[in-house]
Amino acid sequence: MDIHFTEEQELLRSSVQRLLRDQYDFDARRKIVASEEGLGRRQWDEFAELGLLAAPFSEAVGGFGGGPLSTMIIMHEFGRHLVVEPFVETVVVAGGLIEQVGSEAQKQAYIGDIIAGSKLWALAWTEQGSRFDLATVTTTARRDGDDYVLSGEKTAVIAAPWADHLIVSARTSGHRHDRGGVSLFVVDRRAANLDLQGFKTIDGRRAAEISLRGVRGELLGKEGEGVAALEACRNRAIGALCAEAVGAIGELNDATLDYSKTRKQFGVTIGSFQVLQHRMVDMFIAHQEALSLMHHLSLSLSEGEAGLSRLASGAKSKIGYAGKFVADQAVQLHGGMGMTDELNVGHYFKRISSINIQFGDPAYHVLRYAQLDVAA
Amino acid sequence: MELALSPDDAAFRDEVRAFIRDNYPAEMRVANPETDLSKEQMLLWHRILHNKGWIAPLWPKEYGGPGWSITRRFIFEQETTRAGTMPPLAFSVTMVGPVIYTFGNAAQKAKFLPRILSGEDWWCQGYSEPGSGSDLATVRTKAVRDGDHYIVNGHKTWTTLAQHADWIFCLVRTDPTAKPQSGISFLLIDMKSPGVTVRPIITIDGSHEVNDVFLENVRVPAENLIGEENKGWTYAKFLLGNERTSMAGIGRSTRYLNRLKKIVKAEIPEDDPAHLEFIRDIARVELDVLALEATELRVVAQMARGIDPGPAASLFKIRGTEIFQDITELTHRAIGNYGLAIREHPVSANHFMPGPDYGHTASEKYLNSRKLSIYGGSNEIQRNIIAKAVLGL
Repeated sequence: MDIHFTEEQELLRSSVQRLLRDQYDFDARRKIVASEEGLGRRQWDEFAELGLLAAPFSEAVGGFGGGPLSTMIIMHEFGRHLVVEPFVETVVVAGGLIEQVGSEAQKQAYIGDIIAGSKLWALAWTEQGSRFDLATVTTTARRDGDDYVLSGEKTAVIAAPWADHLIVSARTSGHRHDRGGVSLFVVDRRAANLDLQGFKTIDGRRAAEISLRGVRGELLGKEGEGVAALEACRNRAIGALCAEAVGAIGELNDATLDYSKTRKQFGVTIGSFQVLQHRMVDMFIAHQEALSLMHHLSLSLSEGEAGLSRLASGAKSKIGYAGKFVADQAVQLHGGMGMTDELNVGHYFKRISSINIQFGDPAYHVLRYAQLDVAA
Repeated sequence: MELALSPDDAAFRDEVRAFIRDNYPAEMRVANPETDLSKEQMLLWHRILHNKGWIAPLWPKEYGGPGWSITRRFIFEQETTRAGTMPPLAFSVTMVGPVIYTFGNAAQKAKFLPRILSGEDWWCQGYSEPGSGSDLATVRTKAVRDGDHYIVNGHKTWTTLAQHADWIFCLVRTDPTAKPQSGISFLLIDMKSPGVTVRPIITIDGSHEVNDVFLENVRVPAENLIGEENKGWTYAKFLLGNERTSMAGIGRSTRYLNRLKKIVKAEIPEDDPAHLEFIRDIARVELDVLALEATELRVVAQMARGIDPGPAASLFKIRGTEIFQDITELTHRAIGNYGLAIREHPVSANHFMPGPDYGHTASEKYLNSRKLSIYGGSNEIQRNIIAKAVLGL
């Protein structure tokens, strides 16, 4: 299942590679993470300039029509450089949802600003006790004229401290776990009655607890059909996160292999020990499998094949476990150095740990993969 | 699971239990004692144990030990770890102390041992170097004799809590021409000596436990040499044996498992399919703990009968660290989306952490425990030891 990339796609890849190589080495990233905001506004502008923020959108809304394959190409490179800016949250998740279910007016109002790099977004769907279930929602939305008024608590909302707008899932009818009755709303992050308590994440990004006490929101998509919209959105987000994870896995394997060829103990390079050779062979195999699944998922996403949710869950789980295995072993084989904040290896470890929580951990997705088996 | 105890030993166990309950400082019960306590706070329990005469279970009576049998030492270890007390600084009490009373001269014993027992001196370990991790015998830090001093130059690394240390015990090369193991000496160095610099190493959990220690033309009185020059490797190996005995960590693992069960109960509803997954994963780890604990008790019973357990310490180190890593990973998984958050170091009440208290240290513990399979002789090295010493391969 090898993807034959088009000239345009190769061009996209090489331009992302060039930009990140020139402007996003590990030291540059460290400075961004340590900054007050924890975000590179200048880098985000560069992404916009290069057209990355337009790449996946259809031409109808002002994008380049690159779809999930362009997302895959970009996120794979972002994974290699541990890019912290909210491309997934803003472009893939929020932008994707607006394009998928938004009104013409909403597409007009929001997508242009996303593509231009002038607005950042975050998706607030997780709540205390929801774990990874999109339908477990207790935040409520009550109709009030043309708008809705939202009340409730959202938890661990990644990128919220950076965002200008939030998409919030809230219940317009039904009970806590019901699939039906969940709707999506666009909320101004600085709206009245919205409290945000920010915190740092393990991978050097920012997230927030959000409290809504009568916050005005604008309906996005059909009332009561938010879960279906979120499921499709999650599939695309998984495609992006899997590509990012594979990029990180590849970097860890390269770094570990290099280290094993130079680090000497007992008078020889540690790469000459058979037990470590076999370990690195297993890391190589894990990377190859993850890369193949990443291609398979992204192709299926771009062709809109049936059974996408099952495949997405399968890939999230399998690539999640592969990432965990590789990250564990990369730290182990680097010894004490792998434990330090100074070396990039630990930062890849933490990014992979974080990816493995976002939109569901590998254990959640392997169960979902099993449950979605029509033959079972 | 318990050792079959004589009535006397059972009474001793009850005494230890009551003593901990009545005397362990509340001030030391913080979210993550390993990173959150100041030096002074860490020493509180040390001083209480010292006053009681229980600070150094391993030491013979003549040097200030309590004179316990192997069984009692084990009971004490079991009770203190089960109760979650912070163990006294291992580098002082478990490591350098026994080296000094076993290989040191009378003056060294008189000078250092009482100060170790009282907690007056804080010791750190100068073993690893950038080029010498698993392969310790290649240490390059040089000590050159100059009259009644040694001039020491080198770079030690991964030096745990050196930022608090008064003294460092170092492996130094005194004979560059000899075979690696033969040219090493064991030297005690005052951290206040001119030429000693400590540089913090921040680890992936954000904490500051380990350091680089740079030694530049440090003048060390020759009287601080332990035993004979160039015999340091023997003393170092003796010490590493001590380091591994408590590695099974049954008490700690049991406590963290119980905590994990409570977290799973609070976080994951029984009708969630993930609940069964967790129950099964926890049961597997619990069986791992049970099997390791049974092995530990078997070894302790053998030792009490005078049988040398051989490299059982390597087995304890491998399984004990793997088990604890599994538990911290399951705990991190159990808190779901809150696993994204991590406390900022140095810890301050001003930093906001989301979610229930029981999850606040899950991320840092998960990250920090990656070190366990690396330090104190990596688990790969421990497997080599068993392959060679037990299996004869």
